[in-house]
Amino acid sequence: MKLNKWIAVLATSVAMPLMANAAELEVTHWWTSGGEAAAVAEFAKAFDATGNKWVDGAIAGSGDVARPIIISRILGGNPMGATQLNPGKDADDLIAAGLMQDLTELAVAEDWANILRPKSQLESCTKDGKVYCVPVNLHSGQWMWTNRKVYEDAGIAPPQNWAEMIAAAPALKEKGIIPLSLAEGWPVGLLTEDLIVAIAGVDNYVAVYQDRNMELARGPEFAAVFKAIDEARQIIDPKTVVPQWNDAVALVIQGKAAANVMGDWAGGEFAVAGMVAGKDFDCLPGLGVEPVLGTGGDVFYFPKSDDPEVTKAQFAMASMMVTKEVQVAFNLKKGSLPMRADVDLSAANDCMKKGLEILDKGTKVFPNNSQMIDRDSLNQINDVMKEFFSDLSITPEAAQEQFAAIIEAAPK
Amino acid sequence: MAMSSAVAIDPSGAKPKPLFAPGRVLIYSLLIVTSIYYLVPLYVMIITSLKDLDQIREGNIFIPTLKPSFDAWVKAWSQACTGLNCTGLAPGFWNSVFITVPSVIVSIAVASISGYSLAMWPFKLAEWCFTILLVGSFIPYQVFLYPLVIITREMGIYSTLYAVIFVHTVFGLPILTLLFRNYFASLPNELFKAARVDGAGYWRIFFRVLAPMSLPIFTVAVILQVTGIWNDFLFGVIYAGPTNYPMTVQLNNIVNSLQGVKEYNVEMAATILTGLVPLTIYFLSGKYFVRGIAAGAVKG
Amino acid sequence: MSEVKRPNPLFRNLTSKLAASPMIFIVLVVFVGSTMWTVASSFTGIKTLPIFTPQEFYDNWVGWDQYVRLWNTPRWITSITNLAIYGILYSGFAFVIGFLLAVLMDQKIRAEGVFRTIYLYPFALSFIVTGKVWAWVLNPAFGLEKTVRDMGWTSFSFDWLTNRDMAIYTVVIAGLWQGTGLVMALMLAGLRSIDDEIWRAARVDGIPKWRTYLQIVVPMMRPVMITIFVIVASGSVRVYDLVLALTQGGPGNSSQVPSMYIYEKLFVGALAQGTAASSVLLLATAIILIPWIIVEFGKKSRE
Repeated sequence: MKLNKWIAVLATSVAMPLMANAAELEVTHWWTSGGEAAAVAEFAKAFDATGNKWVDGAIAGSGDVARPIIISRILGGNPMGATQLNPGKDADDLIAAGLMQDLTELAVAEDWANILRPKSQLESCTKDGKVYCVPVNLHSGQWMWTNRKVYEDAGIAPPQNWAEMIAAAPALKEKGIIPLSLAEGWPVGLLTEDLIVAIAGVDNYVAVYQDRNMELARGPEFAAVFKAIDEARQIIDPKTVVPQWNDAVALVIQGKAAANVMGDWAGGEFAVAGMVAGKDFDCLPGLGVEPVLGTGGDVFYFPKSDDPEVTKAQFAMASMMVTKEVQVAFNLKKGSLPMRADVDLSAANDCMKKGLEILDKGTKVFPNNSQMIDRDSLNQINDVMKEFFSDLSITPEAAQEQFAAIIEAAPK
Repeated sequence: MAMSSAVAIDPSGAKPKPLFAPGRVLIYSLLIVTSIYYLVPLYVMIITSLKDLDQIREGNIFIPTLKPSFDAWVKAWSQACTGLNCTGLAPGFWNSVFITVPSVIVSIAVASISGYSLAMWPFKLAEWCFTILLVGSFIPYQVFLYPLVIITREMGIYSTLYAVIFVHTVFGLPILTLLFRNYFASLPNELFKAARVDGAGYWRIFFRVLAPMSLPIFTVAVILQVTGIWNDFLFGVIYAGPTNYPMTVQLNNIVNSLQGVKEYNVEMAATILTGLVPLTIYFLSGKYFVRGIAAGAVKG
Repeated sequence: MSEVKRPNPLFRNLTSKLAASPMIFIVLVVFVGSTMWTVASSFTGIKTLPIFTPQEFYDNWVGWDQYVRLWNTPRWITSITNLAIYGILYSGFAFVIGFLLAVLMDQKIRAEGVFRTIYLYPFALSFIVTGKVWAWVLNPAFGLEKTVRDMGWTSFSFDWLTNRDMAIYTVVIAGLWQGTGLVMALMLAGLRSIDDEIWRAARVDGIPKWRTYLQIVVPMMRPVMITIFVIVASGSVRVYDLVLALTQGGPGNSSQVPSMYIYEKLFVGALAQGTAASSVLLLATAIILIPWIIVEFGKKSRE
């Protein structure tokens, strides 16, 4: 291995030490759009105020692009100081391999277990009793968005739930309006889960996804869900299916489509367009059937470092992310709900307030899908649903059976 | 490199014929019609980059705007934001140059010499390796990501420019080696024999005899590598380390950002700007596609 | 060493061996090493993090489970079928169009540089962008179909992009747009490696130009043709970004290709499933290619 040595010598003689200043932390994340970047800026500002330096390492393209990069960097021995990563099962291997910083000490000292809510978020950061990540916000995916003007122009009262939206579809179609806009890919899976929650109910959703109750997955409650999806696919013209979720939301904003099912992040799109909730558009949690809130959210992990200065800065960053001021400033920009109940959110918009109300009651709050089942299985479910939506020859019964088979095979 | 030792050779064929002979008209018509198919998407990209967002939302993608504006171009080059850094494509430009130039040179040097060894001075081990390389050219790149992280880490070069040069050399190797091996194999055998009779050795034959008559294939290799390496995003971002991020990282951030208003005009401008470097190389290297090099060298 | 007057066989081989050693190093360490890792990983149940030590492989061993799952996945079957369709159409058309363009370019035309650049420029753009632009042009809602209808031909229909049965063909259209320029350039390089003497001789013998091309020049270009074949064929197997940007594998899963499946599984927490799919692809390629390579390149090489 002559070449090997030669290159190694050459490399070490020239390579620059990456982190000369130990208080500089490179942070990788995939928040690159306007609102997201503004939210990150709040973190950066607060972190710089602690005397450290936030070095931004944004990589667009959600987790799919960033994940291999993040894992490679950790594996290659040149990890970033902190990184966004999906909560739940994604990081389990990295934790098991001892590559992630244990934050338990800080979490206990600051009493995260009591100041952060809901419990499920901190639990998804906890493995074998130790805390490995900081939850920074809550996002929920169970919302229906409707353009009031479109319905009023058609002489229909704006629907207040899923069934009314379906009922109004034929009249809208006649007028050349898309009754329900849809984006290709994972939004199909999101719509499926939202309908499960709305039609089969939260308890049954959790029973199937978390407890793997197979009788239920193959039973009549879920058959009703697939029936509803069948209705939805009948009213969607394949030519109107768009590539990305924000294209589908844009159709509603422009009045070309009447309704869309999407997470609370769609609220930001309406806000940018200058539309007001309750006047120009409606946001209906739980698709208007029953107000519920799934608790997905963003978390930050801190890859282990040999440098005590870096470790110190990592703890400072983790602590900063859950302080009251930062939680408010960050979440208002991000359009998500804060992790703390003890903060003032009078500046929040109507949709966020609806969410907070559900959160405060705490009864209809349930864990995010990725906390209950692995991403690989979720993707397989998406595959089944995508096919079901685009190929009308697949019967609801067949799709339900394929769905159940994936749940059954999913690792516990 | 071999390209620089180019000997100026005049085209030995006749000068271009007059434009209006009947056969000529047919040839030019065909060329122009096919050109339209190739140009339509570029046309769409350019006119889109000159529109503002309202015009894009309401207008037809094929209809040009009456009020063209270069704002999107300025934004793409120097203002577009990625997370907190609102610096556009510009800062990554030099990193891309520092990655592309050595990677192109090293990968072509390694592959052309390997191809030469295989074509002219073959031995068993090299031939076996070549077979493996050919099969290897069909493996999706993604499969190599993690093993290469480990290999470059063990070599002590992970997260440096050397790692990304090494990786580009690895991925360029199958196709380039094949390209050179086959090109050298297609040259008239007498040339090689004559040089051997004259007492020329391995390197002398390569540099003095083969390289000068292989300019078209070196040009193709440069086109292939410059494009691949310049447009690469994944290897740059994984192996080069954050201080060496190429401009495609920024391009990805502009094109792949989801939330907020999609700025199609900035996307298109950023794309064209990023593509300008390979395009310029194509145009400049064109003169090395000259007819009659082989004949000239034989007689020379 | 180039100054040696009478090359001695041992010494000569030594130079060649030394010169080829970087290639040999890369092949043995990277290609063979990664392939062995890939195949070994496909028999494990690993999820997110790759493993490298024998002990870890032993601990995670699951036998053929990943392959059973793979062949029971409808999406994988669709992907393989689409790869066959795309590979055959893309390779076939790339050869024909690339050759015709190269011959046209070879007619001592004016502005050759301009035309060459026009045909080549799509190759300078990334697949992601190629996919996005064609997704616009082919989108029935605001692209070609709408434009033609707006011009008065209201029954005009071109909805391949959103049609389950036709979506994979839009990938062929966009792929050809991006890739034929390079094939043209390679053919042109090949055409120009042909000794002018051949052309002169053919002219003297009164052989028509088209016959000179087909019967004399093309057979002489065989080595370049093989290079092109490997480039277009391996390009088809690896096609990924283009499909992602153009159709996202949709509608439904109707235009999925194997590399999309592999990439997704490798990095979504099903690493072993991704390596199993790659191993299948690798095995299929090896079965098709190795006999051909032995016949094609095994014939006594030069000298």
